[in-house]
Amino acid sequence: MRIPSWISQHGAAVRAVLVFTVITGLLYPAVILGIAQLPGLSDKAGGSIVEANGQPVGSSLIGQSFLDAQGNPVKKYFQSRPSATYEFEYNTDGTAASNLGPESIEGNEALLTTVCARSKAVGELEGVDGARPYCTKGGVGAVLRVFYSEGLKGKVQRAVSVNELCPATPFLAAHEGVTVECAQPGGDYAGGVLVPVRGDAAESPAVPADAVTASGSGLDPHISVAYAKLQAPRVARERGLPLDRVLKLVGAHTTARFLGFMGEPAVSVLELNLALDRE
Amino acid sequence: MTTAFAGVLFILSLIVALAVAYRYLGDYVFKVVSGTRHSAVERGLYKVMGVNPAAEQSWGTYARSLLAFSAVSMLALYGFLRLQDHLLTTPQFAAGINERVFAHLAWNTAVSFVTNTNWQAYSGEATMTHFVQAAGLAVQNFVSAAVGIAVAITLVRGFARSRTDKLGNFWVDLTRITLRLLLPLSAIAAVLLIAGGVVQNFSDGTVVSTLTGGQQHLTGGLVASQEAIKELGTNGGGFYNVNSAHPFENPASWTNWLEIFLLLCLPIAMPRVFGRMIGDNRQGYAIVAVMATLALASVALTNVFELNASGTVPSAVGAALEGKEIRFGVSNSATFAAATTLTSTGAVNSFHDSYTALGGMMPMVNMMLGEVAPGGVGAGLYGMLVIAVLTVFIAGLMVGRTPEYLGKKIGAREIKFASLYFLVTPVLVLSGTAAALATGNWSTQANAGPHGFSEVLYAFTSAANNNGSAFAGLTVNTPWWDTALGLAMFLGRFLPIILVLRLAGSLARQKPVPVSAGTLPTHRPLFIGMVVGVVLILVALTFLPALALGPLAEGL
Repeated sequence: MRIPSWISQHGAAVRAVLVFTVITGLLYPAVILGIAQLPGLSDKAGGSIVEANGQPVGSSLIGQSFLDAQGNPVKKYFQSRPSATYEFEYNTDGTAASNLGPESIEGNEALLTTVCARSKAVGELEGVDGARPYCTKGGVGAVLRVFYSEGLKGKVQRAVSVNELCPATPFLAAHEGVTVECAQPGGDYAGGVLVPVRGDAAESPAVPADAVTASGSGLDPHISVAYAKLQAPRVARERGLPLDRVLKLVGAHTTARFLGFMGEPAVSVLELNLALDRE
Repeated sequence: MTTAFAGVLFILSLIVALAVAYRYLGDYVFKVVSGTRHSAVERGLYKVMGVNPAAEQSWGTYARSLLAFSAVSMLALYGFLRLQDHLLTTPQFAAGINERVFAHLAWNTAVSFVTNTNWQAYSGEATMTHFVQAAGLAVQNFVSAAVGIAVAITLVRGFARSRTDKLGNFWVDLTRITLRLLLPLSAIAAVLLIAGGVVQNFSDGTVVSTLTGGQQHLTGGLVASQEAIKELGTNGGGFYNVNSAHPFENPASWTNWLEIFLLLCLPIAMPRVFGRMIGDNRQGYAIVAVMATLALASVALTNVFELNASGTVPSAVGAALEGKEIRFGVSNSATFAAATTLTSTGAVNSFHDSYTALGGMMPMVNMMLGEVAPGGVGAGLYGMLVIAVLTVFIAGLMVGRTPEYLGKKIGAREIKFASLYFLVTPVLVLSGTAAALATGNWSTQANAGPHGFSEVLYAFTSAANNNGSAFAGLTVNTPWWDTALGLAMFLGRFLPIILVLRLAGSLARQKPVPVSAGTLPTHRPLFIGMVVGVVLILVALTFLPALALGPLAEGL
């Protein structure tokens, strides 16, 4: 009996899927795996593992958290960027970014308050001013819900500082002549218009941008040169090393732009800290 | 050197490399798809598959072969995913991770990889075994890319041939493109990536004690081999949840450059193949000029918006650095975001959800262009040729002449297929977004207001255009989302393919019309400008209202 062509085509399809699974799904990765065993490639293919005293302590490509068990920075180490991985920072089994948008500004979970709180904490740790635009002195987002007499326009009737829960004293005494209230826990202010307040913080804050933002991977192994320089005096103090020496090590573990124009200069935090431990 | 100047040099160096790829890779692809001699290996494979490589197919047979292959691929991948805990699983995976691939996720993922979308409603490192990644997902990275190129080649054959219903043989195209083009290029790219630090092993990884006494699990996997084809085939499905932001997928600024080059090189080279096949390289230059104009504008705008860092949080931070890696910086991240959505790749090295409002709109606009600048491997060329057909039709209406393109009359039949082709994705995007909002399926978003709307619009735009990138704040691994986006990906891939093949069949049957004084030259700047205009006008008319509710409301 002759098999109709529309069935025989499916026979070809089944065989083709099998053939390509073997070639591209088994042979190809196996060949690449074989090439990866060559000297010069094998360490990298294995994850660029770095050791201290003969023990593996991490990968030069993967960032680590330098917090202690209580979640406080270990002061003798340079600190990594914040991380938004699942469950805990720098979790390699649950990589993630925060995925919060540029106008995520209302509430404790909002990106703005997270940024402000980080800036305040880093400022205190490094002994510099942690102030930023759109942040209160208390380290939350400086955001009002403003209620107007005609919905979106008209006279201001009421203003609430939504990120400051009562009994906090609002960062601003009055908005257009109306006294600013603190936010009642659980209060519904959806009827008001969101108004972020810039404040008088300097355009370029003392705490660098990468110190207050989570990376895309949550495993960023690098910090900016500016953030490393901010941390250097504290690390030098904690370790009793001259600042020059620490800054020299920062320089030695800074990767410049590739060919002078690709990417940004980046300081490898784990390698820098390992070098400090070897001092 | 300032950040902006370095960013411009980064883009210029990519342009130079892509110009070289246009010429030499294009000529190589032309040789691959138009050669008639089969190697011994290929003859052996045809025997195993039970196909006759000498038998050319009509458009209908070609389409049926393609659909049968895709259907079996989908079933096989679905089976892999559902049975993965029985297949060569590692003890660490079986013991430590209890996340299961539910039926709706398996359907979504199977459709996603077979349609070259690579939308991922799962987290790679937590959900997929090494075996399933390599022998299931990465296989589709190869063959779905080959299918796209095959369809584009078939449409070009429709223009190049006359008075025939023979359009080539699907199995031969699939085999030659995979074996002669995708495999060798991927192998080279994979080795380069390993040299940069991308991992390639079959281990559970290494658990280490960190400097502060904590534990860290340095994951393993066959990453480099998958990463190479993920970019080269404009697939985009990451080994890890954070895709090309993960240092093990994209460890350095130069691997970032390489990955952008890989995902652009084949789509950019395809117009050269088109020019060679129809025997007029000037037509290829015209098509690539349209692609390059749109792409450059988009890359430049994305960079400007991101470097400007407007919006409340970027102003507070002082840079649009949330969701971006230090080693890439803002500019190279923005360039990657534009490139990945101008093509159908959808890989990300930074998180679009945290972009500035207008910077985050650009990836959406890129996808809404229909991914034709330069688009997916193959899909970009056939999409652009359909728009070129629409353009000659509109130009013909303006001057009252019968429209023709490359010696073929664009009659009622052809314009029907071309118009239907263009309508498929907007219908899917807009009705999908409306359905999500109407059924209350956006309560899962973490960002309120216009940004929440953007997340939903982005999801359907990405799925229907087979991109796969995301405003990843949206929770999409629910039965509703998995099913709806699966349908959008499925229809957004195969309806256009059927229409393109139908169009190819109709063109190939015609006899060529001689060039006359009334023929619109389709290689001159005038035509290039008109095609750009048609793309922009069609997209603006279709999507502006939706964009006004999302990113425009947020950013202006």
